[in-house]
Amino acid sequence: MDRGLSIVIVESDRDRAMLIVDSLREAGDFEIHVIAEVTGLSRHIKQHNPDVVLIDIENPSRDMLEELALASGPLDRPVAMFVDKSAEGLTDAAIEAGVSAYVVDGLKPDRLKPILDAAVARFRMFQRIRTELAETKRALEERKVIDRAKGMLMKAKGLNEEEAYALLRKTAMDQGRKVADVAQALVTAAGLLS
Amino acid sequence: MSTTRLSLAYMPLLDAAPMIVAQEMGFAAQEGLDLDLVAAPSWSSIRDMLVFGRVQAAHMLSPVPVATALGLGGAGSALSAASVTSINGNILGVSNELAAKLRDAGHGFDLTDADAAGRALIAAAPTPLRMGVPFPFSMHAELLYYWLSALGLPAPQGVEIKTVPPPLMADAIAAGEIDAFCVGSPWGSIAVENGVGALLLAGSAIWSFAPEKVLCVRNDWAEEEQALLGRLIRAIWRAGRWLDEPGSRGLAAEILARPEYLNLDAEILDRGLTGKLTINSAGDQREVPDFIVFHDGAANFPWRSQAEWIAVQMAARTGLDRATAARLGRATFRSDIYREAMKGTKADLPGASSKIEGGLTERTAVASDGGTLFLRRNQFFDRQIFDPKRFE
Repeated sequence: MDRGLSIVIVESDRDRAMLIVDSLREAGDFEIHVIAEVTGLSRHIKQHNPDVVLIDIENPSRDMLEELALASGPLDRPVAMFVDKSAEGLTDAAIEAGVSAYVVDGLKPDRLKPILDAAVARFRMFQRIRTELAETKRALEERKVIDRAKGMLMKAKGLNEEEAYALLRKTAMDQGRKVADVAQALVTAAGLLS
Repeated sequence: MSTTRLSLAYMPLLDAAPMIVAQEMGFAAQEGLDLDLVAAPSWSSIRDMLVFGRVQAAHMLSPVPVATALGLGGAGSALSAASVTSINGNILGVSNELAAKLRDAGHGFDLTDADAAGRALIAAAPTPLRMGVPFPFSMHAELLYYWLSALGLPAPQGVEIKTVPPPLMADAIAAGEIDAFCVGSPWGSIAVENGVGALLLAGSAIWSFAPEKVLCVRNDWAEEEQALLGRLIRAIWRAGRWLDEPGSRGLAAEILARPEYLNLDAEILDRGLTGKLTINSAGDQREVPDFIVFHDGAANFPWRSQAEWIAVQMAARTGLDRATAARLGRATFRSDIYREAMKGTKADLPGASSKIEGGLTERTAVASDGGTLFLRRNQFFDRQIFDPKRFE
């Protein structure tokens, strides 16, 4: 019988790793190992002798995997970034989702497809969460800046809070800019003058 | 001229300066370009962004287009080096333990004597010596292989060169994975600041004119967008010229230090830019002249022979045919594209596109279009020369 492919996931966040493992288990019968520790990464990967390695594109330790592309002995199986563009846009989808797959030389695309499909779906979710987090953080920062600018206007011009915000908004509309940008400009200018 | 937006990926390193300065000091705008500078987490991600068309151009390690042409590493498309954007700038460092041994053995850490530093290191270090570099295809790795094998420590028996991303170098030393490292600025200074290690040798002591980073593009893009690429080459060339002017580098450090770029203390960047380095946690100072060069001596010209040197080194190590490797490698450093781009500028271009590497013992006047071109000293520490004619 065809042995299930072996997959190594490089991920230091335990919760994320478990989510990836779960979706891969649903996709097929694979032997899965998670490596959380990046020290000695390529050595640890070699010990597992995997068919596929999955790693977050944003992970700086990705460069350590490039060594695996150079087979150092006759029994070594070179692993390379999966770059076959013809395989139904698999790699494009993976890069889009933020996952890079390193695949052992000679592995057929149809055996890889269920793995990548599952990984891509999971990483898309991670990316959505990441974008939402960044968005929330940005909104929070903007709120803070707007509050500071409002406070400055209230103090300098004797306005109440509503009037101060109305002034910011009007200026922003007149200049075709965002309220947060006008507020930031005011805060920066005030910083320079103080 | 209408403004064209162009995306360029870079690693947040000191030698991304020509790309960042091109945008910030208006050299890109002068060519009608608006650069969308994308900071990348790893060299492999830059290569993939380039190959998959996420970015049009990249700040890249000079050996990467060569390795790709030789079929080494994972790139899926042929890459070209359209210009060289920096010369030298790497530094070798050792763990504190090894530094103490070297000091006890009387080594002076002058940073510029590669022969003495190499012999002292080999005597003091365990065998095999394990050294960390940022990427398997890098000038860092090439310099180490060249230096150590010339001193009688061949790879892989005597030395193991491992890929360790610079932000993880400290952990790798602490975990006993590596004994020493070779990194670009500012990572050497950061290692010293964090008390992780001591600086041993400037990369320029091994090869005094080593092409470090290049402006890298996909071959097919270079063919389709030759005029656009020409504008980019010129913008970065002007940025390099500005960077090599006396008095520019203080401002350059300030620009690079900004949160949107390297997000570091400008003082740390100043060390690499001026070559005034703090070499250990005791605060000892050394000055390395021309620690990094961005323009002088036709620094930006992509010499065919530079690529050939890289290709032949790689071939020797990986068992490829050297003459074939030389031919494939040579084609990736695009002196043809560069010449075309620089026509009509004040750049004085050399008459030849290939030269003997390691053959200039001092600053030397050479045949050029304008008759005013000087090349910088170009020597290997062991005084060997590399003559590309051998592989023609």
